[in-house]
Amino acid sequence: MFLFEKAVTGSRKYWIWIVCLFAVIGAGFLAYLRQLQEGLGITGLSRDVTWGLYISQFTFLVGVAASAVMVVLPYYLHDFKAFAKVTILGEFLAISAVTMCALFIFVDMGQPTRVLNVLLHPTPNSMMFWDMLSLGGYLMLNAVIALTTLHAEQKGIAPPRWLKPIILLSIPWAISIHTVTAFLYAGLPGRSFWLTAIMAPRFLASAFASGPALLILLCMAIGRLTKSSGLREPVQKLAVIVTYAMILNVFFVLMELFTAFYSQIPEHMEHFHYLFAGLDGRTALVPWMWTSAILAVASLALLIPPGTRKNPKVLAAACGMVFLSLWIDKGLGLIVGGFVPSPLGAVTEYAPTLPEAAIALAIWAIGILMITVFYKIALAVRESLA
Amino acid sequence: MILDRKSFLRLTGLSVLARKLVAAVTPKRWAMVVDARKCLQKEGCQKCIEACHRMHNVPAFAEPRHEVRWIWKEPFERAFPSQENLYSQAAFRDKPFPVFCNHCDNPPCVRVCPTGATWKRDDGIVMMDWHRCIGCRYCVAACPYGSRSFNWLDPRPRLTQMNAEFPTRTKGVVEKCTFCEERLARGEAPACVEACPEKAMVFGNLADPASEVRQLLGARYTVRRKPELGTRPEVYYIV
Amino acid sequence: MRDRGWIYSGLGLFLILVTYPFWQNLRAGVTSKGPDLRRPAEAKQCVMPVSYMRTSHMDLLASWRENAVRDGVRTFQSADGQTYNVSLSGTCITQCHASKEEFCDRCHNYASVSNYCWDCHVDPRQAHGSAR
Repeated sequence: MFLFEKAVTGSRKYWIWIVCLFAVIGAGFLAYLRQLQEGLGITGLSRDVTWGLYISQFTFLVGVAASAVMVVLPYYLHDFKAFAKVTILGEFLAISAVTMCALFIFVDMGQPTRVLNVLLHPTPNSMMFWDMLSLGGYLMLNAVIALTTLHAEQKGIAPPRWLKPIILLSIPWAISIHTVTAFLYAGLPGRSFWLTAIMAPRFLASAFASGPALLILLCMAIGRLTKSSGLREPVQKLAVIVTYAMILNVFFVLMELFTAFYSQIPEHMEHFHYLFAGLDGRTALVPWMWTSAILAVASLALLIPPGTRKNPKVLAAACGMVFLSLWIDKGLGLIVGGFVPSPLGAVTEYAPTLPEAAIALAIWAIGILMITVFYKIALAVRESLA
Repeated sequence: MILDRKSFLRLTGLSVLARKLVAAVTPKRWAMVVDARKCLQKEGCQKCIEACHRMHNVPAFAEPRHEVRWIWKEPFERAFPSQENLYSQAAFRDKPFPVFCNHCDNPPCVRVCPTGATWKRDDGIVMMDWHRCIGCRYCVAACPYGSRSFNWLDPRPRLTQMNAEFPTRTKGVVEKCTFCEERLARGEAPACVEACPEKAMVFGNLADPASEVRQLLGARYTVRRKPELGTRPEVYYIV
Repeated sequence: MRDRGWIYSGLGLFLILVTYPFWQNLRAGVTSKGPDLRRPAEAKQCVMPVSYMRTSHMDLLASWRENAVRDGVRTFQSADGQTYNVSLSGTCITQCHASKEEFCDRCHNYASVSNYCWDCHVDPRQAHGSAR
């Protein structure tokens, strides 16, 4: 079934890796049982900062999921042959990322047993309703596409013709998931940090930088671990995409800064003050945000000159920097920064607690486990053909 | 007589319909006017807060970050940030103003709720259904007034006494002021209005030109909290 | 069939696990006799016929809840024309059944059904003095 048998044969190292992931998942599961018992009070969240690590990881991972379009679009729309070997890797990355998104939303619910109320009482006026639909649809699309192309590849035949329209549909759909996720935040009166029309474009730019950066790192790891060949060219093409997307992302952030600080409207400036300088002596996020900013600029210094970009070692470092920079920016600063100060001017800081971090780590481990298994299957199919 | 499920549903459906008809003939729009001068007369007065929180089983959490509140006092500058003025009257500077849910005519919390657990009734009250809330806290993020509280932990152990006529809440749901809709249904005024020794809070029907709230709004200068956001708050302050 | 031993012992284990509740009940001496409920002392008639309440009280309560919270309908007219207040704590428990433990809980515990009504609604007996 689904070529799953390919995932249960592997080297000793493979099994050690799998067991480690399960250990992390188990620890997080125990922490979640405690959260279920006691309530979300065991997290670092508060009446002023009501969303934190869970929702920001969700937001970041929607971007990773959407970024699959950056390999699917050139390959299927422009017949860009270099991406033949990485397209399926991008789709599997998307499936894993969307699953993580769903799990992060789920663990953030105060009443998880009632979560189906979203479908039982559909409310088209809520962006969360649309987000659920678009994420669910995207998961289905990618699951169908990835599994069908993999089966076709195994049999050495071309994918069935009915798949093409589904693949084409997945392209605008990928854009939609991250646009709707930006709309979750960008339409709230009284949350000035998020009330910006550039939120969706900025989300997409950061997604198309962080997702392909992760894909490059994964391709490099695959090259090391399995002696797969032919990944060098797509990696270089992906590097160009990362470079442009990262430039756009930095440009968009600078536009936000200009609007806030030239207009001098206090509620627009305060959030940036809090993130980069601290407010009322509260500075928990300041070192993180400066790390993110410095990493962003440094990664661009390495990515823009073709000479450094073409060096695999430098490229790997630059991709790590892009990923980390955007993880801090979106997976930490963007959500928490929107809550500080509160609409009533309260400056309450947020830091995740140990159980909260364990739960988040477990969801990451589930995602990494899925990526491991999917890539193992995809590569095993390829090896058996070679 | 044995009632089957169908006739039972018909029976209850009829009473719902009857109530909607009555509402259509006699329009209602509940609103509140707070006379800040009267409210500020007695320093440190907490009567409205105590009455409300006791009546509605609002728990007292020791940690501020888990605090649940339906009505509380906020310094003037925080309650009305757009009215800020370096040399504003000493009478108002830093003075505590009672704040609670504004029962907005265009409530952003209702717009964002993914389950319809919070909605605006025909009489303008922004209601909560604690049976349906999934605890996503989107409404908390959407409310520009900080009027909504989430139950981070089980509220019951934090209640010293319980009013059996009103439910407590459970962990994981959002709660807020409901303009005492359960008292309005019995023809009584909200608990805070009744408890105020200075009679600083006036509650009534905006749709009725003869109502006290309409008279006050017509005669006195009033402000609302953050009207520039287009939420159309229905709590007015005489300053 | 090298694995015959494994297969049969696995099947055996599966059967034991699946039928475990039966053995457990036999051992504990559970009979088919229902729970011993405390019935209302004065009230002769429930808001709906007993047969209906026995099978569908949850539907009635759910519709009470929807009508009262969402449509503001707070009274209920029963088949025999009497009007009741829609209130779990105020009407059901206070006026008729007197005890949540000896009525609601006994049956739900017997049937191993857990509900969350009382997570929020207050049992009048517990209301005053210390909460829980």
